Amino acid sequence: METNLCVAGFGGQGVMSLGKFLADATCNSTDKNVTFFPSYGAEQRGGTANCFVVISDDDIGAPLGDVMDDLIVMNGPSLAKFLPTLKKGGNLFINSSIVSDQIDRDDVTLVKAPVTELALEMGNAKVLNVIMLGVYVGFTQVIEPAIVWDTIEHKLASKPKLLPLNKQAFEKGLELGKAQRG
Amino acid sequence: MARVFMKGTEAVAEAAVRAGCRFFAGYPITPQNEVPEYLSRRLPEVGGVFVQGESEVASVNMVYGAASAGTRSMTSSSSPGISLKSEGISYCAAARIPMVYANFARGGPGVGSIQPAQQDYLQATKASGNGGFRMPVLAPSTVQEAVDLTVLAFDWADRDRTPVLLLADGVIGTMMEPVVLPEPKTEEEVAAIKASKKSWACIGHELDYAHRAWIQPGNWSTLVMQQVNEDAAAMYEAWKQEAMVEEYQTEDAEIILTAYGISGRIAKSAVNLLRAQGIKAGLVRPITVYPFPDAAYDRIDYSKVKAILDVEMSIPALFVEDVKAAVKGRARIETCLCSGGNIMSREAVISAAKKIMEG
Amino acid sequence: MNKIYTRTKTIQEDKVSGFCPGCMHSTVIKLIGEVLEELNVVDKAACVLGIGCCGLHMDYMAYDNTTAPHGRACAVATGMKRSNPDSLVFTYQGDGDFASIGLAESMSAANRGENITVIFINNGIYGMTGGQMAPTTLVGMKASTAPKGRDPKEHGYPMHMCEILNQLTAPYYLERTSCNNPANVNKTKAAIKKAFQNQLDGKGFSMVEIVTGCPTNWGLDALRSLDFIEEKMLPEFPLGVIRDRSKEEA
Repeated sequence: METNLCVAGFGGQGVMSLGKFLADATCNSTDKNVTFFPSYGAEQRGGTANCFVVISDDDIGAPLGDVMDDLIVMNGPSLAKFLPTLKKGGNLFINSSIVSDQIDRDDVTLVKAPVTELALEMGNAKVLNVIMLGVYVGFTQVIEPAIVWDTIEHKLASKPKLLPLNKQAFEKGLELGKAQRG
Repeated sequence: MARVFMKGTEAVAEAAVRAGCRFFAGYPITPQNEVPEYLSRRLPEVGGVFVQGESEVASVNMVYGAASAGTRSMTSSSSPGISLKSEGISYCAAARIPMVYANFARGGPGVGSIQPAQQDYLQATKASGNGGFRMPVLAPSTVQEAVDLTVLAFDWADRDRTPVLLLADGVIGTMMEPVVLPEPKTEEEVAAIKASKKSWACIGHELDYAHRAWIQPGNWSTLVMQQVNEDAAAMYEAWKQEAMVEEYQTEDAEIILTAYGISGRIAKSAVNLLRAQGIKAGLVRPITVYPFPDAAYDRIDYSKVKAILDVEMSIPALFVEDVKAAVKGRARIETCLCSGGNIMSREAVISAAKKIMEG
Repeated sequence: MNKIYTRTKTIQEDKVSGFCPGCMHSTVIKLIGEVLEELNVVDKAACVLGIGCCGLHMDYMAYDNTTAPHGRACAVATGMKRSNPDSLVFTYQGDGDFASIGLAESMSAANRGENITVIFINNGIYGMTGGQMAPTTLVGMKASTAPKGRDPKEHGYPMHMCEILNQLTAPYYLERTSCNNPANVNKTKAAIKKAFQNQLDGKGFSMVEIVTGCPTNWGLDALRSLDFIEEKMLPEFPLGVIRDRSKEEA
């Protein structure tokens, strides 16, 4: 069993952290193989950012597969770029605040979450990635939510003030993800 | 020890510290900047020294100096920067100075691209500087292997007083993967390693011409120069017994995939998928690309094998030249190549293998 | 009879230097050896030799040494000293080595204030390779790669390394001396001693630039090369202390 995930968006949307939280949690609390592979533009600010996470029971070949099982799209341009890599029957997660849900494929499962708006409602635009991580984990159940939260908590240990907000964001995402399971 | 999730560059840097490296000099170049960044924080914690050199050239020569004083020392860079280091590497090889350097290779030639590639194979294995020296070249295919080979590199460097190259690439450097780190050497062990080099290291000696440290990256005497080169050649010959290789599912294989480094692990997963589809594929993955594991290619049952498929992230194919020399015409050799910044596609490897088996 | 002078034991008696008649490398090397003995630091000394005639004495010096790639002596010395702070590390470099191919390494080591000592031999020409133009070659002076002499329009002007390094904040001690007469030889020895002592005291970067001759490549005999130094070289490269932070500290 091998799961290939691509997370894509603008620089600054926390795309890398989203992928890293998931991969790190898998490393810490399972005996599965897992890789994280980032891909940046040459720019230091702005530009595109995407990363790839592979979780597998066997040895992992490339840390980015040819075909994605799951795709998380945080902005419009990433949808056009990465949608063709999503397998038939794959899961497409979109930030429906800014990504149109008019998808020109009917062979994938669409999961929508307005994470930009939700983050602003919570008072911090930066937590959109943690909401989306919750959506992904809630929907796919690829890994225990509690394990992912432990990892986030550990990573934010130096910024304890941010914990309640992130907890709220993660749980909101979980709820949205679970609700859309078939 | 528990596994931790680490980036390749940082894992190599941490492994170096744990292996007793106490001096690093380097210069920024993508995609290996986390090595100097990590060590600028980490080395002072263990009483080591980090210097950001004014250039690649200066950095490798700082390592030449530190290693000449008996300290386990390292530098790292990526392709164009490695070219600049070749001057110092050649001096270290000539003067028999143990040091370790890592190449997180990117596209080339020239400035190439900042994306990963395997275009530096010939430079790494045949001529990393002037003068016809050789050195062990270790090619990890996972972050864990990069860690293990970094430790081996320091031991090999010290044992034979030679530079050792860790030939990684931008994927191994930038990807994160679970690793089990080695136990760190104690300060006593680190001190003992340094002390073991006292007889030849430039650390100051009692006034005594015969027992001074005289580190010579060359020699005026033709007789001595020839002797030095003959001794080095004998050492290179002896290394052939120490070649390291992974042979996977080769016994009954009808097609052998061969690849090193990042391409090696992709080829391995292709072997699994090909087997699942009923194609008897196998893999020969050199771990030391110098010395090259020729013997692994001798162990292939050529009566069963239809072809060898060389998989590498380089155009033109470079690794294939060593494969050809090892296969010695006993099987047809085809290539599956990519370059320009993309990572080798497993699908492309599988379809190349199928094409051979169906053709 | 009292023995009032003996040769330094840092130079192996049965070895031959290979230096040309009238060359001042042998003088400077003798001074270095005497200073190492007088400071009682031979057992701490590690010399990083430059490329060229600078390295001709490596076979007769009785203390630790290595040879750096051309120009890289200050980088090699940086690594050596940083990883072994108790040693006395000094470079011995010519003008092509220190001021041309090694300019980046020289300037950067000085700018970092590395606690090393540089002995910089300035004779205005490349010696071992056969008299090519150096960054310190005088205007009008002929060289094998400047057959009509150094022409500022084409080659620029001689580089004054002490003055250039004096623009940096970190260097501790910069002095230019010569060995063209006994008085200057004595001053050179005092300067080397001071530069070594600075390092032992952890003061940082010290350099002694020594204006010397190259009778062979200048096409002069030994005595006339002394006149050339006095009449031509020293007006271009004035002697004296350029920087001494200990004076400011006092």
